[in-house]
This record gives sequence, C-alpha cells and structure tokens, in this order.
Amino acid sequence: MTPDTAPPGTARADAVACAGLTYAFGDHNAVDGLDLTVRQGEVFGLLGPNGAGKTTAIRCITTLLPVPAGMVRVFGHDTAGDRMAVRRLLGYVPQQLSADAGLTGRENVALFARVFDVSRGERAERVTQALAAVDLAEAADRLAATYSGGMVRRLELAQALVSAPRLLILDEPTIGLDPIARTGVWEHIGAVREATGMTVLVTTHYMDEADQYCDRVALMHRGRIRALGTPAELRAGLGARRSAAGAAHKAPPTLEDVFRDVAGSGLDDEAGDFRDVRSTRRTARRVG
Amino acid sequence: MSEAPAAPRAVSADPARAHGIDLLLKPPPPRAGWRLLPARVGAMCAVELQKLRHDRTELYTRAVQPALWLLIFGQTFTRIKAIPTGGIPYVDYLAPGIIAQSAMFIAIFYGIQIIWERDAGVLNKLLVTPTPRSALITGKAFAAGVKSLVQAVVVLLIAALLGVALTWNPLKLLAVAAIVVLGSAFFSCLSMTIAGIVLSRDRLMGIGQAITMPLFFGSNALYPVSVMPGWLQSVSTANPLSYEVDALRGLLLGTPHHLASDFAVLFVAAAPGVTAASALLGRLAR
Ligand SMILES: Nc1ncnc2c1ncn2[C@@H]1O[C@H](COP(=O)(O)OP(=O)(O)OP(=O)(O)O)[C@@H](O)[C@H]1O
Ligand SMILES: [Mg+2]
Repeated sequence: MTPDTAPPGTARADAVACAGLTYAFGDHNAVDGLDLTVRQGEVFGLLGPNGAGKTTAIRCITTLLPVPAGMVRVFGHDTAGDRMAVRRLLGYVPQQLSADAGLTGRENVALFARVFDVSRGERAERVTQALAAVDLAEAADRLAATYSGGMVRRLELAQALVSAPRLLILDEPTIGLDPIARTGVWEHIGAVREATGMTVLVTTHYMDEADQYCDRVALMHRGRIRALGTPAELRAGLGARRSAAGAAHKAPPTLEDVFRDVAGSGLDDEAGDFRDVRSTRRTARRVG
Repeated sequence: MSEAPAAPRAVSADPARAHGIDLLLKPPPPRAGWRLLPARVGAMCAVELQKLRHDRTELYTRAVQPALWLLIFGQTFTRIKAIPTGGIPYVDYLAPGIIAQSAMFIAIFYGIQIIWERDAGVLNKLLVTPTPRSALITGKAFAAGVKSLVQAVVVLLIAALLGVALTWNPLKLLAVAAIVVLGSAFFSCLSMTIAGIVLSRDRLMGIGQAITMPLFFGSNALYPVSVMPGWLQSVSTANPLSYEVDALRGLLLGTPHHLASDFAVLFVAAAPGVTAASALLGRLAR
C-alpha cells in the first residue's frame, strides 16, 4: 500500500520485464519460460496463434495470476511483492467485452475513477474528458447495454484511461469489430498515446494492424517468444531466409507470412484447443 | 495489405489534441491507507444504487413474497392466535422476521452476481485496480447491505400499510438499518465464499436454495425460540438470522431484546465471512 515513490532506477526501468515467466494450468505450461521486455513509450504487439499463451502472460503481468518473485517487473516493481504499485500504473482492457451493461457509460467510467482514488472535486471532469477522448461524449448517459461492440470497446478504453495509466494493456482490443470500428479504436489509442507518452502492450490476431500500429512485435508460440523485432525487421528477415533457401517468391513477405512461418501452417493439435475457440467465439458473439 | 509505414509517434504533446484531456495526463494521488477501505465501500455501494435506479423490476418482484407472507400467513395466524407472541398481534410479530428474511434472500444470492461479474470480465478488471481483495469483498458486502436496505424499506412500508404498529423513532430506525446491513454483509459473504468454492452459477443457485429455507425456518423469524423442539433451538442459537430478527423485533416493536449481543454476534460473524470470501476470490479470478 506504499505510494509509488519511484525506487532507484525506475525512471529508466523497462515498462515490462519478464524473465523466464512460466505459468501452468494443471500440468500444462500455458506460458513456458517467456522472456519479454517492453520499453517505455513503445507500442508493443504480442502476436501468436490461439492458445499460444498471450492472455495468460498478460494476466500474469496484470497481477491477476500469482507468479513467484523475480519473474515479472512493471516499471521496476515486482508483481509478486509490489502488487498495489503495479496496479496503479496499469490500464487493462481484457479480451472479452467487460463493461457493466446495467450502468451508463459515464457510471462505468466513474467507477474506475473512484477505485483509482480520483478526488471528488476532479472526478466528474476527468470522467467527461475520458469519455470525450474516445468519442463517447454524446452516448455517455445511455446504458452500456445499448452500445454497439465498437462503442463498448471505446468505453473500456475510457475506463482504462481515466486513471492516466503509464502502461495500457489491451488484449485483442479489435476482436469482432468491423474495419471502421477497428480503425476507430486504434486512432483513439494513438491520439491519447501521443499526448501522454504512455506505453502500450497489445495482442491481436490482425497482422495488418500489428504491422501498421506496433513499434515492435513478438511472435509467441506454445508459451514462448519465437521471433522478435520491428515488423519491418521480421519481414526482411523472412525475405532474406527465403532467398538464401533459393525459394522463388515473387512478392516480399508480409507479417502474416512471418506468422505462418513461426506458428507453422496447417492444423496444430496442441494450439487452439476447444476452450480457446469457444472463448473467442463467445467474445465475437457478444461484440456482434 | 501491410505496406503502410508506421506513422511517427513523437511523445511531444500536440496542443490541439491535448486540449481537453489535460486531466488524463496525471495519475491521481493514492489515498492514504486507512481511507482506502471506506472509499472502496462507497464506490461499490454507489454502483449498486445506480443499478437499482436504472432497473427497479427486481425491487418490485422481490416485494411480492414478503407481501404475501405478511398478508396471508400474518393475517391468518393473527386470527388463530396459535403462536405465543407475548400479547402483540401475530402480523406485528412477523413483520421484523420477514424484513430479515427478504434481506437474507437478497444477500444469499449475491454470490451469483459475483460469478456473473467474473463471467462478464468486470471482476477481473476490478481486481487490476489498487483495491485489495478484502476491500473489494467488504465493498461488495456493504453493497449487498444497501440493496437489502432498499428492500427492507419496501417491506416496512407494506407492513405499515397492513397496520403493523412500528416505531418511527429515527434513532431506532438508524439502528434497524445498521442491523440489516450487518446481517446482509454476513450472508453475502457466506454466498461469495460458496461462490469461490463452487465457481458456477448453477451450483450456487442450488446451494442457495438448499440453505435459505433451513436458515429461515431454523430461526425465530416465524415463531419464538421457546416453542421449538430442543434440536431446533440449538440450530437457532447458531443461526445469525435469529440474532438479526431479535434485534429488529426489539427495535421496531419494543419487545424484549438483547441488542448489544445481537450486534456483537452479527459483527463477529461478518468478519470471518469477509476473510473467507477474500481468500477464495482468487479462485474466481483464475
Ligand atoms: N483458466 C484456464 N484453465 C485451464 N487452462 C487454461 C485456462 N486459461 C487458459 N488455459 C490454457 O492455456 C493455454 C494458453 O491460453 P491463452 O488464453 O493464454 O492463449 P491465447 O494466446 O490468449 O489464445 P487466444 O488467441 O485464443 O486468446 C491454452 O492451451 C488454454 O487452453
Ligand atoms: Mg487470449
């Protein structure tokens, strides 16, 4: 419960540093020795097939899943020992849509302002600004139950932004959204980021989004990072390997080609079991 | 498809863009330790009241049962005078018991709301805020208390309409409110504890239904402890609902009571309830 008094080195500490992060459900290692560094101020994309362990890794970083000391640090704070300090720095939008349908948009955001200790005098104005930042000013006093999928996602963004997080964690923020709503979500993230300089950790299955909006991406498969770099680096790397192998590909590789190269093409028994598909479908249905 | 180069994203704030989001640039200062708990309790209670304001159907449908108890059971037994009530009309005797019962029903099914919030992702998001689990559970327990309190007011009004001679002494009514909130805090923690064990709505629904009736009939809500068989008397002694009813009856009707010990028992019951529910909350989040 100690306030974030910036221990020595915090100013330069990485936004996220995972060292050998491992998390098991039963005897299945969902995350299996993950080494990951997210630098301050960047937009970092965590990519990978269904069941790769992206959500599990994120839930470890957000303190939702307990991990031993020394495995995960957020701006230098250990998630095992310094939970409250870590949470104060985070804004989190989970994979499934999670606004409270029984409350208005404004009330949804106000709840998060309250639980992040925004003072009474500042609360109303801060909530209004958060709603305006995601273009929900007009719909603010409608029940969230009446929102479209894209609006719910933007509302969740407002909930996460109202506490001025230094690290915004988004788990598939654009799943199930139409192309216009997807662009809308990314534009709002970009605009707030530009103003605040916050760090963004995002997962997505849309390779074009990752290519366009992420500074660096990591490709995860079976609980581990298999490729890491800027989208351009990864594309160039695959191109170089292909020409070295003498393969006659006409078009230069896209990030999707890199994804296929890492995750393997065709069906993989281990990845993407029923649970993953089901939860993805459920999310898609709730959005649609 | 992915040809567009990443746009340069300088950290310098564009004044036009930054306009109107200045408050979102600075994190709110953390609240001092002891002020955190009341703040979280306030936040959870506010949400409960907002939900009640948007959708009152639950409030109305939940008023039907207590109304029937008072109207049918209460008035019939007032006429047959079969239950020794110490000289007051049976419907008067019954009213505090029904207030406690309807409050308990709300609280016992509160765990379902926690599981629903887990399924909807709302709980996970709350767990990633600077809110210790015990503060979250305490907040939820008081929110259940607030919900029960609104219900208690409805039952109180129905009772008054039926001519029950209740106190209108504001101090006593304040104590009634405190007792209802405390009792509901205990039963909602019981419910959230079970939720943390069974993890599914259907199972919690079944268990809730299985325990509400024994708790109700094994208490002094319908009849005095003195007419119960010995074994039921010991059940009643271990049943927090009996202490809640005893206190409510004493406050609302002026019957003999043990207010101090009733308060103490409910308080002492609620504390481990919060502890158990907080300890099991992690299971729901996993
Ligand atoms: N609560 C849980 N209980 C048991 N196993 C789980 C649980 N959550 C995840 N898993 C398993 O852990 C593995 C990783 O799942 P995770 O949700 O982290 O993958 P993901 O990369 O986020 O996939 P997706 O792209 O489908 O969201 C999967 O094999 C999944 O079945
Ligand atoms: Mg996932």
